[in-house]
Amino acid sequence: MNTIEVIKEDQVLDCTGLLCPMPIVKTTKAIKELQSGQILKMIATDAGSPPDIEAWSRQTGNELLRSTTEDGKFVFFLKKG
Amino acid sequence: MSKSNPNAPKRLALISSKGTLDWAYPPFILGSAAGAMGWEVGIFFTFYGLTLLKPELTASVSPLGNPAMPMKMPFGPEGFQNINWAMPNLLMANVPGFESLATTLMKQTFHNKGVATIEELREASIDLGVRLIGCQMTMDVFGFKKEDFIPQAEIGGAATFLEYAADADVQLFI
Repeated sequence: MNTIEVIKEDQVLDCTGLLCPMPIVKTTKAIKELQSGQILKMIATDAGSPPDIEAWSRQTGNELLRSTTEDGKFVFFLKKG
Repeated sequence: MSKSNPNAPKRLALISSKGTLDWAYPPFILGSAAGAMGWEVGIFFTFYGLTLLKPELTASVSPLGNPAMPMKMPFGPEGFQNINWAMPNLLMANVPGFESLATTLMKQTFHNKGVATIEELREASIDLGVRLIGCQMTMDVFGFKKEDFIPQAEIGGAATFLEYAADADVQLFI
């Protein structure tokens, strides 16, 4: 049986209902409050957010640890670089 | 031609030349998104785009120049809301009050869908360090003074933009 490693977030950001570009704008603000190595859990409903968060992660150097879908929502775990 | 400083962050140079509500979105969406990705961003506002630097934003939808602009109704059942109402130019151009109706419908539809307002996107852009630069020549032509704009607005000319854009990774005219 596969076990999925539990990721413990340091902060949660809910971007439910927000459309582009607000999820990455709010994610940027939230990650600024964290220390390097801390983890932000971000929840979004914008269907454009999975590719956008991947691009944001590549551009900013904050690592996308996991990208999943829960109850029709997109959940991202981002580690501050 | 390479950038003069290879270690500089990526840079986006935008020209915003249109002041209607629909055309006000792209520069502030791209500007705030690039700012969120750690890029340097400069938006040069010229011609009708200058009005987007005023403290009170009054951008509206102009049906002229948007032939067969489809409109959506922000109320009623989902099937009704999803209908694209093609608006004939003759109707759009001649019916009094059509522009304010179209503006209200677009703002309401954007709000219902969760799109930020132009004011929110401009605020986010400023928070993320986006430079907002008014074109001096068109300010003179349209009678704008620096004091007419938000305090974050800078002033520049064609050479200012070109020097900035020469070192940019992405340049767009909107």
